[in-house]
Amino acid sequence: MPAASPAVEIDGLVMAYGDKVAVDDLSLEVARGSITAVLGPNGAGKTTTLETCEGYRVPQRGTVRVLGLDPQRERSALLPRIGVMLQSGGAWSGVRAHEMLEHMASLHAHPLDTAMLSERLGLGDCGHTPYRRLSGGQQQRLGLAIALVGRPELVFVDEPTAGMDPQARRTTWELLEEVRRDGATVVLTTHHMEEAEHLADRIHILDRGTVIVSGTPAELTREGRSATIRLVVNRPFPDGAPESLRAELGAGAEVRQLDEVSMLVHGPADSTTLGRVSRWCEAHDVVPQTLNLGRRTLEDVFLELTGRELAS
Amino acid sequence: MSASGPRTFTPAPGAAPLARMVLAQSRMEARLMLRNGEQLLLAIVIPVIVLVGGVAAAGRIGLDLDGHRAVDVLTPGVLALAVMSTAFTSVAIATGFERRYGVIKLLGSSPLPRHGLLLGKILALLNVVALQLVVLVVVGLALGWEPTLAHPLRSLVGAVLAVGLGTAAFAALGLFVAGALRAEATLALANLVYLLLMAGGGVVLPTDTYGTASALIQWLPSGALGEAMRSALVDAVVDGRSLLVLAAWAAIGTALTARTFRWE
Repeated sequence: MPAASPAVEIDGLVMAYGDKVAVDDLSLEVARGSITAVLGPNGAGKTTTLETCEGYRVPQRGTVRVLGLDPQRERSALLPRIGVMLQSGGAWSGVRAHEMLEHMASLHAHPLDTAMLSERLGLGDCGHTPYRRLSGGQQQRLGLAIALVGRPELVFVDEPTAGMDPQARRTTWELLEEVRRDGATVVLTTHHMEEAEHLADRIHILDRGTVIVSGTPAELTREGRSATIRLVVNRPFPDGAPESLRAELGAGAEVRQLDEVSMLVHGPADSTTLGRVSRWCEAHDVVPQTLNLGRRTLEDVFLELTGRELAS
Repeated sequence: MSASGPRTFTPAPGAAPLARMVLAQSRMEARLMLRNGEQLLLAIVIPVIVLVGGVAAAGRIGLDLDGHRAVDVLTPGVLALAVMSTAFTSVAIATGFERRYGVIKLLGSSPLPRHGLLLGKILALLNVVALQLVVLVVVGLALGWEPTLAHPLRSLVGAVLAVGLGTAAFAALGLFVAGALRAEATLALANLVYLLLMAGGGVVLPTDTYGTASALIQWLPSGALGEAMRSALVDAVVDGRSLLVLAAWAAIGTALTARTFRWE
């Protein structure tokens, strides 16, 4: 293969619906052969960005190139080369799972063996089930099978594991890793940090329509200014405990009470913070059962950058 | 690529040839249409009931059909009704829900181009219409239908043109409704229009049985299709005026659809 352009190149994309700006001067690149996660809360502009790459939406400003092609002007050349998994739906309500997959396979020149693919995705048992009677997780897996069946160079998957049980999620992750290993590029959106951390070579965190930070999972979680401390005590906290602990720790600390005996503390990643928490416990006559300094997560990164929680 | 050669997911993208995609799409749509109970009711059951019931009732109430036997006038009308039910009501409802369920959206990112999707729909529709006509012709013949044999070629040309243009006109109007309204509104409107046209649109009964309203009804696509079918199969006449009316409706429906259709 000649030195190829990036799988996806977005430069200065702006998309608005009426007054609402969904994507605001967004730029990002996706390297070929990688798994790239676009992470962000609901409404951050993930789906709009993906749909612009898939040729559904015309960029209002900026440029989008997918596999070096313009998704609008070179649509017919691009579409056979990409696979798309929509966030939901996409099938007739009365169509049987295997029938739908067969049909999508028949639109491609060299489709995968649909029986193999169904088996891999655990759809073997529900092949005769009409789409409307599939569980949410089964519909998701069928959607993924549809995205992969044409043996695309580039797959866009929108929230691939939403509604899946942990077992199915694990299987899906393995499958996407195999897709990458075999030479295809995967772009996925998610609001599960764990999914992004586990799968992605590179993560772009989106907030309010723009990329606020990009990097490998290690880069993003390594150099933290802050850490998460998990505190569980032997008896219920006194009233006003979160406020008083926050006052003890000073500015820059976030305290969230989870239940009557546990709290999460985001604060500077040093032993002083731990010492202060433990002194505070003594002063308030509660004994820590658990006092953990957690590894910095993407959740922490997001919280630091935006002052808000990522989890929806 | 590794030395071990292509693996399971090694990319090998490409579109199937257009003809294969269109055939696959049409087979799929036809199959789904025939599997759906409500659509089958519209396509076969109601027309059969109208034909059998109409023939039985006409004898009893002494409907004046210009000296023709009821079955000879009603069978071409019921064939027209069947075309209308599938081309308009079934197409509108199916397409409305395809939009709702994201089917059209998903196909929009597949190698199947828009014109391929449209061709597939047309082929599926013609398949179902052909099947309906076979069933209804058999039922009609069983009831004693004797189409005119005065000029078989003219009858055939007139009927084929009527079915073709009628299908085009109603399908274009059905797609217009489906592309502009929400799925539920499409469902309601498509059924309502079907009932109204079946009762008062000059499709099953000749337009001149409607008295003063007939002047208006013969300009409706339903009246034009009914008249064109009856002219061909009762009088062995190619009804140019009705066929022109159908062609005009097809053009209007196509223009409206092209202007307003939203894929999502």
